[in-house]
Amino acid sequence: MITDNIRMWKELNIDLKPHDMLLNALGPIYQEVYLSQTQRPEGMGFFDFVVGDIHGIRVRELREHAKNGGKVVATYCVFVPEEMVWAAGGIPVGLCAGTQFSVPLAEEVLPRNTCALIKSSFGFKLGRICPYVQASHLIVGETTCDGKKKMFELLGEYQPVYVMEVPNKKTASSRALWLQEVVAFKEVIEKLTGNKITAGNLGEAIDLVNQRRRALQRLCHLRKASPVPISGKDALLVTQVSFYDDVRRCTQQVSALCDELDKRIARGEGVAPVHAPRILITGSPMAIPNWKLHHILETTGAVVVCEESCTGTRFFSELVKPEKSLDAQIKALAERYMNIHCACFTPNDERLDDIVNLAQEYQVDGVIHYNLQFCHTYANEAVRVERRMEETSIPLLRIETDYGDEDIGQLKTRIEAFLEMIKK
Amino acid sequence: MIYAGLDVGSRTIKLVIFDTVVKESLITETGANPLRRCREILAGRKLRRLVVTGYGRHLVASTQGGKVVSEIRAFAVGARYLLPDCQGVIDIGGQDCKVVRLSMEGDVLKFEMNDRCAAGTGKFLEVMAHTLEADIGAIGDLALTASRKITINSLCTVFAESEVVSLIGRGEETAAIALALHEAIATRVATMARRVGIKGKAVFAGGASLNRCLVRLLGEKLGIELTVPDSPQLVGALGAALLAKHEDGQ
Repeated sequence: MITDNIRMWKELNIDLKPHDMLLNALGPIYQEVYLSQTQRPEGMGFFDFVVGDIHGIRVRELREHAKNGGKVVATYCVFVPEEMVWAAGGIPVGLCAGTQFSVPLAEEVLPRNTCALIKSSFGFKLGRICPYVQASHLIVGETTCDGKKKMFELLGEYQPVYVMEVPNKKTASSRALWLQEVVAFKEVIEKLTGNKITAGNLGEAIDLVNQRRRALQRLCHLRKASPVPISGKDALLVTQVSFYDDVRRCTQQVSALCDELDKRIARGEGVAPVHAPRILITGSPMAIPNWKLHHILETTGAVVVCEESCTGTRFFSELVKPEKSLDAQIKALAERYMNIHCACFTPNDERLDDIVNLAQEYQVDGVIHYNLQFCHTYANEAVRVERRMEETSIPLLRIETDYGDEDIGQLKTRIEAFLEMIKK
Repeated sequence: MIYAGLDVGSRTIKLVIFDTVVKESLITETGANPLRRCREILAGRKLRRLVVTGYGRHLVASTQGGKVVSEIRAFAVGARYLLPDCQGVIDIGGQDCKVVRLSMEGDVLKFEMNDRCAAGTGKFLEVMAHTLEADIGAIGDLALTASRKITINSLCTVFAESEVVSLIGRGEETAAIALALHEAIATRVATMARRVGIKGKAVFAGGASLNRCLVRLLGEKLGIELTVPDSPQLVGALGAALLAKHEDGQ
């Protein structure tokens, strides 16, 4: 098994030495952050298994798919309509970009004052340490931030990259532009896979991905219970894994987990005491294995009950409207994706409303605005988030950080002080 | 009943012993082994309760059996004891800087701390004093003798030091450079204080509040009444000791 993996990584032109270091570093971190938790749902076993062989079993599936002539399409962002890829018989995988490990590699090329997410993703390619990148036939980028936009130009020197243009406003002309982008993407995927996208296969793909969204919505809603039946860390991991796992299996596993949580709730069982402060996190995405903020919070007596982010509600809260004809399906897809309340839009008032609504629905005691350092859109939007929270009397703490560990002491101080502040 | 508050800071450890008034206090260097230092200063004391705050709070509390409280809360409680109607605290310590806004009742409403760099902290002044061959205890007074005003743009300790070196190389007056450095810190802290929305009376605590130039500049920039208590370095430890007493239902 292990030698099989090594053989596969060699075939994928992985740089084995740093790759070994990466995997060896992940084990103890996972032990500390995840496996040391008590009262975990049994349903997390599947996700532990997936992370335990993070560069093995799933990559093997992608390789098998490729050997049979299938294509693998890698993405970084929730704006890329994965339904198109599934419809054409391809497999989309959301790439991770959540570790400090690949940042120094990227800094050999990219400016240091670039956000950790961009540096981490670029470093994975530059250092040849991510088998998912290596196994993909096409990387699809988008224009949700200027840093990424320029990084994709450089990434294109190493591997085929296609960039979708996400508009910055929500006007009629912006929507028209985005619809054209979705149509163009369809053509790109058809050309890559050699398969036609039809009303039949697209309708099926829309249904498949909607089912996964429903399962993730259900999981999310279960976190409204008090005591909360699952830790924020575990829920975050489920979302992170669903970015690259098989869509059917993932739906099944999340649903099984939810069945278990239903029973827990009925028994009044939880992972944290009823009085533990309930926290909503909003802001920049947390790509796997970025569990830093959740871990600090949940080892300081709080529990995270919701994430308003691209690794949270923005990923699954909206469904695609089912339609019969291909044209109507493409329009429905475009509309659904335009409805993601990303800080790349101006104005983006809907996000402020979302935060207030989620804070109320999930009965949170406080909101933490999480900002990756040098992520200018979220950092500047945080000003308006802060004002809105003040107006609605919801306590807010703003955190700006990256993937490094050196500020954990300072973050702990701020978080402890915030929790003291919101405790009744 | 004897209560103790311990503030394990990055540069110094502060201890306050309290029953109905402050009975005793001490300040010692943190050094490389804060746990041993704390054991030494607590040795032989019969304490009813201990509360620990500061950077090393978890390390010390886990072995010395005390409760832990964040610096924000400790400074808020200490400041209100010293100035019961204050609605703000500014603390500039060795490694960080914090601003806290309090309600009329003394609850923490909002706070901010400096990010992961030394800009706007005691460390910044310490490094610059060294570059200027001035004593850290005297650099504030030196700055107040400046005959002209210059500006230092960088707030990064490393870049500001290069800027200072080039000013020295240009033959600039030492006092003027010192003043510019104080301006830089005061501007930074004042910006933070305005963001937090400090109004009314505020306590200025921490080692840097012993610096007369900084007190004056910060007061001017904020346009509010800043009170520097006696022993401003002890405010956190005092707050911790008061919380120890409160914990005991006293």
